[in-house]
Amino acid sequence: MRSHRPTVAYLQAAPLALVFLLFFVVPLVLTVIVSVWDYNEYQIIPDFTFNNYREIFEGCIADLPALCVTFKTYWSTVKYGFLVWLCTLVIGFTIAYFLAFHVRTLTVQIVLFLICTIPFWTSNVIRMISWIPLLGRNGLVNDALLGLGLVSERQEWLLFSGFSVVLAFVHLYTLFMIVPIFNSMMRIDRTLLEAANDAGASGWQTLTNVVIPLCKPGITIGSIFVITIVMGDFITIGVMGGQQIASIGKVIQVEMSYLQFPAAAANAVILLAVVLMIIYAMTRLVDIRKEL
Amino acid sequence: MGDARKPAATGADIRLSGVSKRYGDIVAVDEIELTIPGGAYCCLLGPSGCGKTSTLRMIAGHETISSGEIAIGGQVVNGLAPAQRPTAMMFQNYALFPHLNCLDNVAFSLKMQGVGKTERHDKARELLSLVHMEGFAARLPAQLSGGQQQRVALARALVTNPQVLLLDEPLSALDPFLRVRMRDELRRLQIELGITFVHVTHSQEEAMALADLIVVMDHGRIEQVGAPRTVYSEPATLFVARFIGGHNIITGTVAEQGNGIATLSGPGGQRFRVPSPSVPTGASIAFAVRADKIALEKAAQTQSTDGHSGALPGTVTSVEYQGAWVQVGLDAAGVDEFTVALNESAFFDQPVEVGDQVSAVWALEHVHLLAGAPIAGAEPY
Repeated sequence: MRSHRPTVAYLQAAPLALVFLLFFVVPLVLTVIVSVWDYNEYQIIPDFTFNNYREIFEGCIADLPALCVTFKTYWSTVKYGFLVWLCTLVIGFTIAYFLAFHVRTLTVQIVLFLICTIPFWTSNVIRMISWIPLLGRNGLVNDALLGLGLVSERQEWLLFSGFSVVLAFVHLYTLFMIVPIFNSMMRIDRTLLEAANDAGASGWQTLTNVVIPLCKPGITIGSIFVITIVMGDFITIGVMGGQQIASIGKVIQVEMSYLQFPAAAANAVILLAVVLMIIYAMTRLVDIRKEL
Repeated sequence: MGDARKPAATGADIRLSGVSKRYGDIVAVDEIELTIPGGAYCCLLGPSGCGKTSTLRMIAGHETISSGEIAIGGQVVNGLAPAQRPTAMMFQNYALFPHLNCLDNVAFSLKMQGVGKTERHDKARELLSLVHMEGFAARLPAQLSGGQQQRVALARALVTNPQVLLLDEPLSALDPFLRVRMRDELRRLQIELGITFVHVTHSQEEAMALADLIVVMDHGRIEQVGAPRTVYSEPATLFVARFIGGHNIITGTVAEQGNGIATLSGPGGQRFRVPSPSVPTGASIAFAVRADKIALEKAAQTQSTDGHSGALPGTVTSVEYQGAWVQVGLDAAGVDEFTVALNESAFFDQPVEVGDQVSAVWALEHVHLLAGAPIAGAEPY
């Protein structure tokens, strides 16, 4: 029995490995290969050149401290990534805390969880269009603000702005933060909170000394979800930002639409490297294997 | 107890007056009155659901008191937060913080008080050495065995110099061997520190081994309070006699009455004489006889004498050799689970075998009357 066990194990793992290979590893390798190809207006040419990468960073080092287009784009992408991460973390942690520690019955937890998934019940397009009557120049929010006398003229920054981009992201992706953090919180033994109380910890001290440290794996997993999604996004930033906000995903999409595949592939590889570095840094801070 | 290590930490007495705990319609603790003297080792003993843990948690402040008053060291503590009371609690599953090493676990409450790092670590190290865990300061709880975790939990509870230590089933998670060792350790610490220990347990063996004062509880009420010896030799109620073990319980109705002695008619028609102050004829009475105060006679020899309470004829159903004594089980009419614990030499002077017809006899002075009407079909614990 013992001798053929490894074979059986490999066979059991094979279907998933095959799926990963075909739909993840192969496209990724192709992207890396194409990124070193050459191209002109109407064709891509098999080659081995770093020109695509060179063009992306053209003049970037020389121009410092002024930022070149690529650096500005990355800065803008990272900035939105950070803002969305911060908002989803604070909101997601709070909601998860409420669900895990204040909602007592499983039924209510399930119902509230379903409510959290409502943003996913409609398509991306409908969801983003729906923001317009709400946030637009003549939208409900502006009407309300005017009606209440909080502002004297209609506000332009509500829609097609950095604000609306962050709002749309947070609206959608907070759930990705809630679920892993909630999962971490449900694993916390309730007597630990009692023990902290017995040791004289205030509510805030219990939160910072017990709950947050024990939620770190969940926070990390949620952060990985949110950051990777936001860093690669081009639709939400495009639509909600009124096509005025630079993002690296948008750059790649534009290059693709001009059939500049090698340039797009080179940008994609760089983006992948940046995201991997961010994830690596986060996993260095927290050991997420405990959670899996 | 004279030279306590920490003069600041002396045992505080605990007084519960009319304390109740209600969860909706359910009464978990029903108007209990109890005084635990300072520096005593007190065990709250009872089956699960008897209200012992609720009582402990009310003393700790983790459960609100529905009515009544709890005073610790003369100060009423109703409404005070756990940390404001001179108590510390050790939780059933130890509740060590999994992300902190032993040293930081022990130092936790000092950190919450804002004590500086060096000072609190010094103090924590001192406590760890008190429980012989100084070599494990840097380990995480997951890297410790159950017994070691318990020691750390003990050190953590003691770090604030509490006057009362509350222990919720502290030994139940340990294997039997460790349980006995930790039992000794708990007793040693209690004597060394001189503080009051209140220990919740469902094991009468544990309670008898440790306690100065045993509080037997059932259905939210206190059945008996007393020293282990008193509780064992003079169980106050039918419940206590059953729960504490080592007793045979016989019920009967009073057939005759006179000279302070009542003659009972047993369930199988047997006759027993019991010392009885004033029980009307026809009344139902339960009495207990300790298993080790009973002698066995071969059926042929049986003759009731004045000193004897009576004789219970029966058939031997089991003989278990236990070393110092031999436990003999009898099947007697109308009495369930009648056991006799015979001294080893007494047994082998007159050995019996399974199937033998014998009579169990005991002296009048070993008959102990029980309060509370006999409960038909009361489940044995």
